[in-house]
Amino acid sequence: MKELFYAGGYGLFLWSAFAVTAVLMIGEVIVERQLHKKMIARLKRIKRMEQA
Amino acid sequence: MQINWFKYSAPINFYPLAGKMIMPFAVLAGLLIGVGLYWGFALTPDVLSDQKQYYRIIYPHVASAWMSMWLYIVMVGWAVIGLVFNTRLSFMMAAATAPTGALFTFIALATGAIWGKTSWGTWWDWDPRLTSELILLFLYVGYMALQSAIEDTRRSDRASAILAIVGLVCVPVIFWSINCPDPNQCASLHQQSSLKMVESNILTGMLLTAVGFWMYSFVVIFMRVRRIILERERQAKWVSELPEVKAGL
Repeated sequence: MKELFYAGGYGLFLWSAFAVTAVLMIGEVIVERQLHKKMIARLKRIKRMEQA
Repeated sequence: MQINWFKYSAPINFYPLAGKMIMPFAVLAGLLIGVGLYWGFALTPDVLSDQKQYYRIIYPHVASAWMSMWLYIVMVGWAVIGLVFNTRLSFMMAAATAPTGALFTFIALATGAIWGKTSWGTWWDWDPRLTSELILLFLYVGYMALQSAIEDTRRSDRASAILAIVGLVCVPVIFWSINCPDPNQCASLHQQSSLKMVESNILTGMLLTAVGFWMYSFVVIFMRVRRIILERERQAKWVSELPEVKAGL
């Protein structure tokens, strides 16, 4: 396991490449979820105004 | 089974369909990327003849580089369908594809820079492959900027579609920047991409990861297109009648 992270001395390079990829891809999903929630909240406001 | 494609070109019908497809594609993406990386680490040699353990950057690097080009072609495909058939949903699909394409282009460049530092001793070089991929990133950014710069969506859709189509010329340039017919004509620092040269287990890991990234693209693009549909159709009655909008009111 330790060797996997050490990767023959290249661990920092190898795992930073994976980290950049993972952070950006997971981040994109999280951001999209937040934006969807915001959009639903906005639509609720519009509906409330129409009902009033 | 007959699918009525015209039915699903209407945002009202596509919105719930896209919602239903997010989960299956997410599961597929997770499985494929998981198995691909396991394969790529557990069943492959630690050191290749000219590459040490950092060569495993290949998995996110190649998968995202392929997606960066493929999603551009997909985006142009939607833009063309939008221009020819004047279907609103096609333009929405094109708009939803661009940010993910840009993200994968950025990942390809970033992981490539890290690999380059270990393998070539430099983060960046104005090599044909690297430079043309950077231009692809600018094209994605330009498409998104143009889209948001024009207030009227009909006009912004058409203008950005034309920009995307013109920019398509970049994709074959990226491809042939290292795969030119005469190797003596290639001044690339970037290695040639010949799938035959790759060890079969590395290739399997690479292909599984790439298909996983593709499935991931479906997930985020469906999520984004749903938001774009809601944004553009916010005045429509069906949107205000959606259960998630009605809840708690």
